[in-house]
Amino acid sequence: MSLQRFVLKRGLITVPLLLGISLLTFGMVHAIPGDPIDFITLFTELDPQTEMEIRAEYGLDQPVYIQYIDWVTSAATGDFGRSIITRDPVTSEIMERLPYTLVMGIMAFGVTLVTAIPTGVIAAYYRDTKIDQASRVFALLGIAVPNFLLGLLLLLVFASWLDLFPILPPTSKGILSYDMLVYTLLPAITIGTGSTALLMRLMRSSMVEELDKDYVRTARAKGLPERTVVQKHVLRNSLISVVTVAAIQVAFIISGSVVVEIVFSYPGIGRLLVNRVGNRDFPVIQAIVLLIGVAVILANFVADVLYAYLDPRIRY
Amino acid sequence: MSGSEPLLRVEGLEKYYESESDFIDRLLGRQKKVKAVDDVSFEIHEGETLGLVGESGCGKSTIGRSILQLRKPTAGSVYFKGQDITTLSDSDLRDLRKEMQIIFQNPQSSLNPRLTVNDIIGEALDIHGIEGDVSRDARIKDLLERVGLNASHANRYPHEFSGGQLQRIGIARALAVDPEFIVCDEPVSALDVSVQAQILNLLEDLQDELGIAYLFIAHDLSVVEHIADQIAVMYLGKIAEIGTPEELFAPPQHPYTEALLSAIPEPDPLWDGDRILLEGSVPSPIDPPSGCKFHTRCPRVIPPSDYEFEQEEWRAVMSLRHRAREEDIAVETFDDGAPMEALREELDLPSTLSDPEAERVVQEALRSVADEEFGDAESLLSETFDTPCSTDKPVLRETDAGRVACHLFDPAYEAGPNDGTTTGDGPAAGSAASGDD
Repeated sequence: MSLQRFVLKRGLITVPLLLGISLLTFGMVHAIPGDPIDFITLFTELDPQTEMEIRAEYGLDQPVYIQYIDWVTSAATGDFGRSIITRDPVTSEIMERLPYTLVMGIMAFGVTLVTAIPTGVIAAYYRDTKIDQASRVFALLGIAVPNFLLGLLLLLVFASWLDLFPILPPTSKGILSYDMLVYTLLPAITIGTGSTALLMRLMRSSMVEELDKDYVRTARAKGLPERTVVQKHVLRNSLISVVTVAAIQVAFIISGSVVVEIVFSYPGIGRLLVNRVGNRDFPVIQAIVLLIGVAVILANFVADVLYAYLDPRIRY
Repeated sequence: MSGSEPLLRVEGLEKYYESESDFIDRLLGRQKKVKAVDDVSFEIHEGETLGLVGESGCGKSTIGRSILQLRKPTAGSVYFKGQDITTLSDSDLRDLRKEMQIIFQNPQSSLNPRLTVNDIIGEALDIHGIEGDVSRDARIKDLLERVGLNASHANRYPHEFSGGQLQRIGIARALAVDPEFIVCDEPVSALDVSVQAQILNLLEDLQDELGIAYLFIAHDLSVVEHIADQIAVMYLGKIAEIGTPEELFAPPQHPYTEALLSAIPEPDPLWDGDRILLEGSVPSPIDPPSGCKFHTRCPRVIPPSDYEFEQEEWRAVMSLRHRAREEDIAVETFDDGAPMEALREELDLPSTLSDPEAERVVQEALRSVADEEFGDAESLLSETFDTPCSTDKPVLRETDAGRVACHLFDPAYEAGPNDGTTTGDGPAAGSAASGDD
C-alpha cells in the first residue's frame, strides 16, 4: 500500500469519528440540567405564548433528533447559530478568540518539542548519570504540578516579582504584536510543562531502548562516526513513538488551555467556554466542545500519517 | 601456514564486566567482576578460518566483539597485520572497519528496519568513500548478486525478506568494504537447518574467491567442523582445547571436548547414542570455580592419590562438594526417617564407597549437610580430598593432537597430586595460560 492510499484510508475513518463526536457533544450539552429558556429570558416569568415563540426561534420546540440534525447540517456549513447571551453569531464569537488560543497552543507545542526532545536525547545518552537523574526530577515535578498552580507561580515570580511580563495580557496591541507574543510565553510554558516532562521521559526511554538494539551495533561496526549512529539510526527510529504521543499532547494542550486561560485572563476560546458554561449558552458550548473534539481527531490523524511516513512497516 | 606473520593475533585477551549492582551493593562495596573472557590467545592466518565453539555464556561472542573493539577489552592485545589495535583512536578504528567486519547472529534485529537494503549496504560505502570505478548503485547490485539475492530488491525494507535472505544482506553489508577479516558471530544459529547449509556454503565460497579470514563463532561443533581450519573450544571464558578439526576429533581430548563431540548426533540408525552427559549447568562467571573451571562438571576429575576411588564415585563426591559450596541441596525436602539414604540417592553416591577411609569422610560430610552446615561439609571435603583440578589452573599444552588445557595431559600430575607439585608455585599456579610458546 502506498502512502497516499494509507492517508486516504485513514482519512475516511475520521468521518464516522467526527459524526460520533458531534453526537456526543450534542448529547452532553443537552444533558446539562436546566432549561435554556430560563437563561434566555433571565428567569423571568413568561406567558405560554411568548415562551412558545422563543422556543420556536431557537428550534427548541422540535424533537431532539430534529434539533441535532438541524445543528449538524448548519454546523457543517460553519453556522452554529447565535449566542443566547450576546445574540451574536457563534462562529464570529469563536473566530474572534480562536487565533489567541491557536497562537498560545502552537507556542506551547513548540516549547514542548524544543525542550523535550533534546533533553530526552541527552538524558538517554548519559543515562544513569547526574544529568539523567536531574532530568528525572524535573520530569516528576513537571507532571505532578497542576498547571493552574504553575501558572500562578509563574505569574507571581516573573510578572509580579521580577516584572519581566505584564500581569494582564496587552490585548489591545494586537495578537501578533511583540508584547502580546512575549506575554503568551508564560501561559504557553504553563500548558506545555506537563507535556514536556512526559515527552522528555518518553524520548529518553525510547532512545535508551533503541540504543541497545542490534542494528545500532551493526551501524557502529560499519565504522560510522558516533554522531551519525545516534542521529541517523537511533534518533530517527526512537522519534517514532515520540511523534505519536506528541500529537496526542495536542489534546492536552487544548484542554489545558481552558484552565490556563482563566489564570492568565487570556482572551481565547477556553475562557469563552468557561464563561458560557456558567450561562448555559449552549450554542457556544456545543461549538467549542465540537471544535476541541475535531482538533483532537485531526491531531491523531496527523500522528498516524507521520507514523506511517516514518516507519515503512506500518503501511503493510 | 604457520611461520608467516598471522593476519590476526590475539594475546592474553581479557574482558571483565562489573556485575549488576544496586545502590546497596555499591554502598557496601560489593562490586563483583564477571570474567567473560579470561586470558585468551590465538592466531588467525590470511584466508583461514578459526572456529570458536562453546556453550552460551562462555564468552565467545565477547571475544568477537573485543577483537573488533566494539567492546573495549579489559586487558591483552589484538594485533591486526602486526599492529596493536587496542590502542587505536576512534577515527583510526573507523578506518580499520574497512578491513575487519562482523556478521551478527540475528539478521532480523541487526539491520535497521527503517532503512532500505540499498541504504544499509550503501551507508558503509559512503562513510569510507569507497566507490572505485563503478557507481554506488552498481556496486550494491554486484554485492547483492554475489550473495545470491535479486539485485532489483535493493529498494526493499528488511521486513520484506526471510531470515536467510536477511543474513545474506548482512553478509553483503559486511563485504561492502572489502574486508580481509570477518567475525561471523553465530551467523547461522537463528536460521533453519536447510538455510544454515546455504549460508555456510556461501561463506566458504566467498572465502575461496576473496581470501577472507573468518573467526567463526558457533555453539555447535558440527557447524564449524567443515568450515574451520582450526577449532578452539571455550569453557567459561577460557580456551580448553585448540587444534585442527582432525586433531580435535582425535584423542587425546579435553574432557569437555569429548562431551561436546558426543553431543553431535549421528545420522546412523545404529548409533548407540553414547553421550557424555555433563552434570549440572555452566557455573556463573561472576564467581567461577577455582583451578580448572571445568572441574565442577568434569567426568574425569583427577582423584586424590591417597584414596581408592572409582571414577564415578569420585565424580559424585566432587558434585557433593560443589553443591555444598553452592548450598544447592534442599535438605528439608528429604525424608526424615532416612535422610542419609535420600541424600546419597540425590547425589548419585553409592550406598558405600569402595574405600572405607573415604567412606568415613563422606559420611561425616553428609551429616554436616543434613544439619545444613554446608561450609563444614565443603571444607572437610576439600581439605581431605585434594585434587589439582580444583587448585591449579591448567595451561594449554602441546599434545599429540592439538593443544589442551587439562591436568590429565600434564606430566606433573600423572601420578596424582603430591605435596611437591600442588602446593605453592605449582607448574601452573597463578600463571597465565599463554600456551602459545
